[in-house]
Amino acid sequence: MENVGLSEVILAIVTVDGTQPASGVPVFYAKDEEERNKIASHLARILSGMVHDLENGTYVIVKH
Amino acid sequence: MGGYVAVILTGLVMGTLGRLYLLRVDYRQYPSYPQGYMVHLALGFIAAFLGAVAVPALLAKEYTAVTFLALAAQQFREIRDMERESLRNIEKTELVPRGAAYIEDIAKAFESRNYLAMLTALVSSAVVEFSKKPVWGVLAGLLVIFLLSFFTKRKRLKDIAVVRPAKLFFQGSILCIENIQVMNVGHPDSRKIFLEQGLAVMIEPKDDNARATLANIGQRQAIAHDVAALLGVKRDVNEIDFTPLVRIDLKTGKVGLVIVPMEKDMETLLKAVKLVPVLESTRRKPLKSKAGREASD
Repeated sequence: MENVGLSEVILAIVTVDGTQPASGVPVFYAKDEEERNKIASHLARILSGMVHDLENGTYVIVKH
Repeated sequence: MGGYVAVILTGLVMGTLGRLYLLRVDYRQYPSYPQGYMVHLALGFIAAFLGAVAVPALLAKEYTAVTFLALAAQQFREIRDMERESLRNIEKTELVPRGAAYIEDIAKAFESRNYLAMLTALVSSAVVEFSKKPVWGVLAGLLVIFLLSFFTKRKRLKDIAVVRPAKLFFQGSILCIENIQVMNVGHPDSRKIFLEQGLAVMIEPKDDNARATLANIGQRQAIAHDVAALLGVKRDVNEIDFTPLVRIDLKTGKVGLVIVPMEKDMETLLKAVKLVPVLESTRRKPLKSKAGREASD
């Protein structure tokens, strides 16, 4: 489909929440929020994805 | 045969002029300038020639010659395919794609303009043939060109909607344009750039017809593409946060556009949005039906 469709994919998860379990997607654990932001912005550039905030300390990198 | 020279020549010239006139109007969406110009001028010339010889051929009792017009129509459909194909091929290289509906619209316009060239040539050669004065043929040709270009003229967004500046803010991590939640922007740096450099406009449909048209995804993508083309966009292959987005307010049917342009200038943004063509394939007219009218009140 050219305009719509399920094309979003979660590429990675970056979190400061140590209890976040690793599962089907790569999970990056960060020490603090500053490190999380840095990792997230690096990953977004590397993967051409976008950072989304789940507002519970976890960022997801999503390919649109 | 000698008597037909003026007839055919007038038709040929007028038809080609008609094509040329519309090529000029079309420059903004033109994909490849000098080469594409040549291609379409040549095809317009051929179309005009076919139109111009039709009347003399009929008078010479060469009825089979007229069937060439049908053959030509068949050939000109290829033009639509050609344009569609080439636009679709470069679509992947556009930072903000045109979208399928816009491509279809452009392709259709290119096809129809060859018929305009043909029709202009046909009419002006017929007039010269029967009036024996090329001047009348030229006038008739001009009339056809202006009439047809007037009737095939696209509407602009400003004809169906009111465009006004809108406020852009964040609700937590969600980017909002007034009542519209556009998307979740995760990175604090990106949020800062949105607030500092982003611009938002609200497009308010004037009636239910306009609302249905604006809701179309193809139309919305066309808005995003045109605005990005005119104002520039802070976006790259690996920097996708600032893709211009056009989202709808589900309660009212208003459409919000958010963009981080190269040139932060609200005035020009409003102008650019107003100039976006209303795509033929996305136009809806629910108010023309009884059910649509009843639903609207």
